[in-house]
Amino acid sequence: MTLTEEKKEKKIETLEEATIRFAGDSGDGMQLTGGQFTNATAIVGNDLSTLPDFPAEIRAPAGSLAGVSAFQIHFSSKEIHTPGDILDVLVAMNPAALKTSLKDLKPGGMLIVNTDAFTETNLKKAGYEENPLEAEINQKYQVFPIEISRLTQLALEDMNLPGKVVDRSKNLFALGLMYWLYTRPMDTTIDWLKKKFSKDPVILEANLKVLKAGYHYGETTETFISNYEIKHAKLLPGKYRNITGNEATVLGLVAAHELTGLTMFLGSYPITPASDILHELSKYKNLGIRTFQAEDEIAAIGAAIGASFAGGLGVTTTSGPGICLKSEFTGLAIKTELPLIICDIQRGGPSTGLPTKTEQGDLLQVMFGRTSESPIPILAAATPGDCFETMIEAVRIAVKYMTPVFFMSDGYLANGSEPWRIPQINTLPKIEVKFRKEADGFYPYLRNPDTLARPWALPGTPGLEHVITGVETEQITGKICYDPQNHDAMIKIRAKRIAQIENDIPDIKTIFGESKGDLLILGWGSTLGSINAACEQLLKQGYKVANAHLRYLNPFPKNLGEFLKNYKKILIPEINLGQLRLLIRAKYLIDAQGFNIVGGQPLKVNGIVEAATKLLKA
Amino acid sequence: MAISNQSQYTKADFESANDIRWCPGCGDYAILSAVQGVVPALGIPKEKFVFISGIGCSSRFPHYMSCYGFHTIHGRALTVATGVKSINPDLSVWVITGDGDGLSIGGNHLIHAIRRNQDFKILLFNNRIYGLTKGQYSPTSELGKKTKSTPYGSIDNPINPASVAIASGATFVARTVDKNVKHMMEVLKKAAAHKGTAFIEIYQNCLVFNDNAFEGFTKKDVKDDHSVYIEHGKPLIFGKNHDKAIKLNGFHPEVINAANGNIKETLVHNEHADDRGLAYVLGQMGVENEGLPVAFGVLRQIEQPTYQERLFEQEKLAKEKSLSGGLPQQTLEQILNAGDTWMVK
Repeated sequence: MTLTEEKKEKKIETLEEATIRFAGDSGDGMQLTGGQFTNATAIVGNDLSTLPDFPAEIRAPAGSLAGVSAFQIHFSSKEIHTPGDILDVLVAMNPAALKTSLKDLKPGGMLIVNTDAFTETNLKKAGYEENPLEAEINQKYQVFPIEISRLTQLALEDMNLPGKVVDRSKNLFALGLMYWLYTRPMDTTIDWLKKKFSKDPVILEANLKVLKAGYHYGETTETFISNYEIKHAKLLPGKYRNITGNEATVLGLVAAHELTGLTMFLGSYPITPASDILHELSKYKNLGIRTFQAEDEIAAIGAAIGASFAGGLGVTTTSGPGICLKSEFTGLAIKTELPLIICDIQRGGPSTGLPTKTEQGDLLQVMFGRTSESPIPILAAATPGDCFETMIEAVRIAVKYMTPVFFMSDGYLANGSEPWRIPQINTLPKIEVKFRKEADGFYPYLRNPDTLARPWALPGTPGLEHVITGVETEQITGKICYDPQNHDAMIKIRAKRIAQIENDIPDIKTIFGESKGDLLILGWGSTLGSINAACEQLLKQGYKVANAHLRYLNPFPKNLGEFLKNYKKILIPEINLGQLRLLIRAKYLIDAQGFNIVGGQPLKVNGIVEAATKLLKA
Repeated sequence: MAISNQSQYTKADFESANDIRWCPGCGDYAILSAVQGVVPALGIPKEKFVFISGIGCSSRFPHYMSCYGFHTIHGRALTVATGVKSINPDLSVWVITGDGDGLSIGGNHLIHAIRRNQDFKILLFNNRIYGLTKGQYSPTSELGKKTKSTPYGSIDNPINPASVAIASGATFVARTVDKNVKHMMEVLKKAAAHKGTAFIEIYQNCLVFNDNAFEGFTKKDVKDDHSVYIEHGKPLIFGKNHDKAIKLNGFHPEVINAANGNIKETLVHNEHADDRGLAYVLGQMGVENEGLPVAFGVLRQIEQPTYQERLFEQEKLAKEKSLSGGLPQQTLEQILNAGDTWMVK
């Protein structure tokens, strides 16, 4: 179906961008609805950024505030950076969804509500004493009260389906309506439904009917005066797909398996929000990738270390609590100098914290959370798509320098998505791997003078028999050694080995703004989008501001110290209480300031703009 | 695994140049010597042996072998062994652990390595004490045991390693003792020939912190009456004068007088029984049940696909399915370009 055929006499307004949120009960299928809307939006060619936000409970009590599941998408004909601070449209499937999301809707914004769910019981569960739809809400927003449940029933009344089935498809009515409102083609969802229900033609027919009913409702009723068009964005030329951070992480791992020629071995234990990496990677057994769901987090990393010892590429994936459990083994990988990728998909903490929400709280844990002096390279992805490239880079460093490497992502990157330009295979880096074969002159800790890496000598190779151990060992020979001078030397070699990687990574550069100025906004990880957007706004307002972003948290880029001196003030926004700031201040003796909101959500652009303005004026 | 018929090695080929730092007289020496005595004749190239250990006195073992070794962290050797074997199934992997390392801090991994039938040997040195940390009670220490950490006596019931292994579905379970090197070597040979997890509990005397822990069935004057050496297909007869036998009364083993012609009632060992019950009954004797002799030998040996066999079978099938077009994605190029895509010009 094309847009022009559908428009009839209603006028189509062209907008530059929109932010919409689907919010409903955990059982209302909001993640699915949002995902489908995202796919259709990607196909249209808009730039986009999404924020799925769902409860940790699989099914919190129906209708409760704790059970609200939401999916937000920001899409535009221009390049955008974040899932949006405020909403243009809120689709609220029940009172609890309205209650939790209304504060984010802009004044005058569109509020589409399923009035059928506004029963006395549901209102009570959401803590409303009276129906908010009957109150002054109508003066502040454009409210569209729609009987979504009843209209869904009407669409299916000739099919004699069980009430439960009918009720479950009401999200598709909302989806269809939003497709009409934003002139999206329904083809991707129709194809998806056909595939999903290929063996169940009745359900398929029902779902298609409801989807179209929603679309036609928008088109034919008098409720909506116009609908909107958002033209495709001018992105870099190429082939695109929509991708989440966890998907890109998996693709990075698959690519590394191919680029290194090593057999990838993932040892993992289920944990939110990292589990999807285990699920997805497990599908690639046909490529010889081996995945192992271990009995616990410790076994997961232990098996990955064993795999690397035997010549595979050991990987383990987890979140903050799992990193705690893996600390001792991480130390062993550092001491025995084996390549290993440890993925920390951060979530809210401490302890169990907020499993489904995002945070940047683990930086200091991965930097220092082990016994003694145990340096380790740390890389952080900045956007969902960036997880791909960052992972390949993490593998390159692990293999070249014979070291475990932390790959950092977070809940927002893991589940959020963006259009991703699919790389050409021939542009991916080659990663050279060398196993030691010659017995002559072999010592387990005789280092490559350039990289300081020890040889990777695999069990099964004649003449290289040796024992590696967590006990301190002598330089070169690798024999157990308690000598004070040797220990001091080994501690310093381990530190130097990681520190010198700064010579093999790119310098930091400004993203927006000039190379000198009044203020630098420095970030790392998933805050890139919010910081970019904030910096753009500040530049428009005429401030001498710039921003830069760190992929390499350890070691830092070689020029970072000099680079920071180009700006009078430094602001470091983080979703923690200032962990990068602590490292920057300690290393460079610079009075960097922080902007720190730890709410389980991405940082708001406006918050960063305000903090920056305040600092500039101070 | 490539196995040649003639041995090219001697015991000396497996002895490392490192100074051995166990206490003089430690039972570990006998175990080291037995292993070094058995492995040369297995027909496996030396470079294919890997000894993996955790932490504890026993876990120093890999340093005293001249093979590949990985001395890991406390309790976790089995997890490392799992990764090693999953990458290179051709290696002969031997895990060295102790009662503290394997049953306390590493208890979880023991259960899971065994239930998966991981293809490696597990040698659990049981001295019923923590030696390296200088004398605290261990999970196999007897109730009431007075140690540095239990000055009033232990109030923990001890665990029986063989029972744990059998309950976890072990396909090979044996028990032997440091004092009987000949028997230990026989058991090690059988373990080496087994496909899948071979779990061997080795009673090992710690003469510094728990001397004579096993004298009740190792001391010359009592050992024959307090231990029974079991063999597949043979009746369970023991005693200085071969005059005692074991019979089963329901699920309960009893000692009967074999000199009086009760031989027909004598229990005959079947290590290949599908049912775990017999192995469990035998493993408990003298350990969990007082008044019965402790059983030494192979308690259980059955054939079952190993984790590695299943792993590589599954991988092979996935590859075949992929080649025949039964899976949507085959190459990196196809995988990167999968799903809904669009062009931007």
